[in-house]
Amino acid sequence: MKDIILKAENISKQYRLGTVGTGTLSHDLNRWWHQVRGKEDPYLKIGDTNDRSTKGTSEYVWALQDINFEVERGEVLGIIGKNGAGKSTLLKILSKVTAPTTGSIKSRGRIASLLEVGTGFNPELTGKENIFLNGAILGMTKKEIASKLDEIVEFSGCERYIDTPVKRYSSGMTVRLAFAVAAFLEPEILVIDEVLAVGDAEFQKKAIGKMQDISREGGRTVLFVSHDLSAISTLTKKTIVLSNGKIVAFEETDKAISFYSSMHSLSNIFMQKYLVQKPTVTKVEILTSEGGTLQGCNNPFTVNFEITMPDVEIENMALSFQILNHLQVPILYDYIFDIHTKICRIKGVNYLSFTYDKLSLYKGNYSIMVHLAETKTKTKFQEFNCCSFEVEMIGMKEPEWGWQKNVCQYLDEGGWKI
Amino acid sequence: MNTENTTNNDWLFEITPKNKFFSLNLKEVWQYRDLLFLFVKRDIVTVYKQTVLGPLWYLIQPLFTSITFTIIFNTVAGIDTGTVPPFLFNLAGITVWNYFTACLTGTSDTFRSNASIFGKVYFPRIIVPISIVISNLLKFGIQCGIFIVFYLFYYFQGAAISLNPSVLLFPVLIIVMGVLGLGLGMFISSLVTKYRDFNHLIGFGVQLLMYLSAVMYPMALLQEKMPKYSWLVQYNPLAYIIETARYMLLNVGEISILGLGYTFLVTVGVFFVGLLIFNKTEKSFIDTV
Repeated sequence: MKDIILKAENISKQYRLGTVGTGTLSHDLNRWWHQVRGKEDPYLKIGDTNDRSTKGTSEYVWALQDINFEVERGEVLGIIGKNGAGKSTLLKILSKVTAPTTGSIKSRGRIASLLEVGTGFNPELTGKENIFLNGAILGMTKKEIASKLDEIVEFSGCERYIDTPVKRYSSGMTVRLAFAVAAFLEPEILVIDEVLAVGDAEFQKKAIGKMQDISREGGRTVLFVSHDLSAISTLTKKTIVLSNGKIVAFEETDKAISFYSSMHSLSNIFMQKYLVQKPTVTKVEILTSEGGTLQGCNNPFTVNFEITMPDVEIENMALSFQILNHLQVPILYDYIFDIHTKICRIKGVNYLSFTYDKLSLYKGNYSIMVHLAETKTKTKFQEFNCCSFEVEMIGMKEPEWGWQKNVCQYLDEGGWKI
Repeated sequence: MNTENTTNNDWLFEITPKNKFFSLNLKEVWQYRDLLFLFVKRDIVTVYKQTVLGPLWYLIQPLFTSITFTIIFNTVAGIDTGTVPPFLFNLAGITVWNYFTACLTGTSDTFRSNASIFGKVYFPRIIVPISIVISNLLKFGIQCGIFIVFYLFYYFQGAAISLNPSVLLFPVLIIVMGVLGLGLGMFISSLVTKYRDFNHLIGFGVQLLMYLSAVMYPMALLQEKMPKYSWLVQYNPLAYIIETARYMLLNVGEISILGLGYTFLVTVGVFFVGLLIFNKTEKSFIDTV
């Protein structure tokens, strides 16, 4: 039997857009009037799905809609999604900061949340005093903190400053101290929101290692939200992909990540509307060796760009693109600058194309990241991810053990000497 | 799917859209008692930091207010305080009144001023207003100290003042006052999350309330001079608290058992209504604040 520690049933969360305040009284009264007569809340029926970029018709949006999932004890679950997909709202509901509009969450363990490190740090208090205060806010008792104080101080690496007010700390030190407190929390379920995006590389490594220990040795359940796909893939086994407030995938992390990377656009053509009076990449198209979104290794690969320019002539345009792997890590980069070769000098549509004669990307999922900018005033017009494609080792001699996944990103020619 | 039904009932807790109608959850507050203690400590410690006069600031305000009141109400307006020196009469009223205002204004901003921390982590929200009421006790203690100094000063000057034996119940009176301030503060803090108007109201509302609370005049005097409007003060539970405090400390005025009973009932009522609304608000205030 599966040991379910956390279960979310039909979680939905509705938000009201615009300024809260004007008109709230009339809505409150209306809601109350419906409630008195035993009718359903009239504002629960309406509401658009939460797509940030489209113009909605309703004042109310569903930040989350019908979220259902179960987490087993000791499992590390990742949650990924674009900005505004509802990740943070979900974490807020899980950590009891706000209540869901409908649905319920059932839990068999204490939940501690780390939505932001250093919550409740008081700059006037010393490091030690803040360890106690922060620990207590996160749900530890004084005794628990006192017994772990030495470990916390050592992990933070702030020993020298421990009796100095936190306002004298550098921001990195504050984060170290705060993470150290959180790392020694001992709840059954730990909820973490992108806390690793801070601190230097050394500390990040330490933090990730600590999190792995927490789940492996401690047998604790961790829910981990991040934009950093490589952190997600090293830490988690299963991952939820959120899009516009709904769960679009809940699978093994590898599959979830490749699903997420292909979400940007499943086609090899990406089009977008011309933003009036602003240089716009109106179309990106990839020409793959196998057609569609399938590319063979060691084959030619072309990216076509269509850029629409405004009526005024802009000099010094710059176009660049990166090929990102499934973890959004850039693998290849190329650019064209107006200062070298005149580009985008036509008012209206301009065409540009880049071809790799032989693209030796290793098997996996990739996408194109496009940047459009102007170099003189250093204005960035556009930056977006599009055109996901898959590379297969088509026509190449397969090793006896097959082409292993993720052994590398790129192949090049060379030979062994014995 | 079958296994689900068998394991459905042993959940540790459940997060649902609405709280039960009434849930104080004392057990949870008790679990977080260390946090309560640390909040109180933080409030006390951080107030002194980087000030030259430190806790002396607590003394300056009641002293100057008492002097002003004595000049305006006693010397100019001629309010009679009987055998008690007017300054001491005013100081007693102000000291007790100050504790109430500190509790009320402190707690009435709970949700708004703690929005950033409430938005990040969960702990029983009621810890914050309770910690404010407790840490204000220190300030009240210091102000009581200055009252005692002046009391002794006047005593040795030969003023006809004496303590009433009921002064032993003074702490109870203060607790009632703290609970009243807490209840009212929780009530207002919940409304402030949605309607900021109450934030403006509280500023001058407290000022107006002071004049209706018999702080700088004996209740009997008002009944004598303005019998028509004295109900305004007679319905105010705070007036009884202040009148009683003066009775205990200075042995002046009268103690009304009926009035105190009324005060007690109002306090309990206000506290529970405040708690109820506070509980209802804490669930999702972060969306509206």
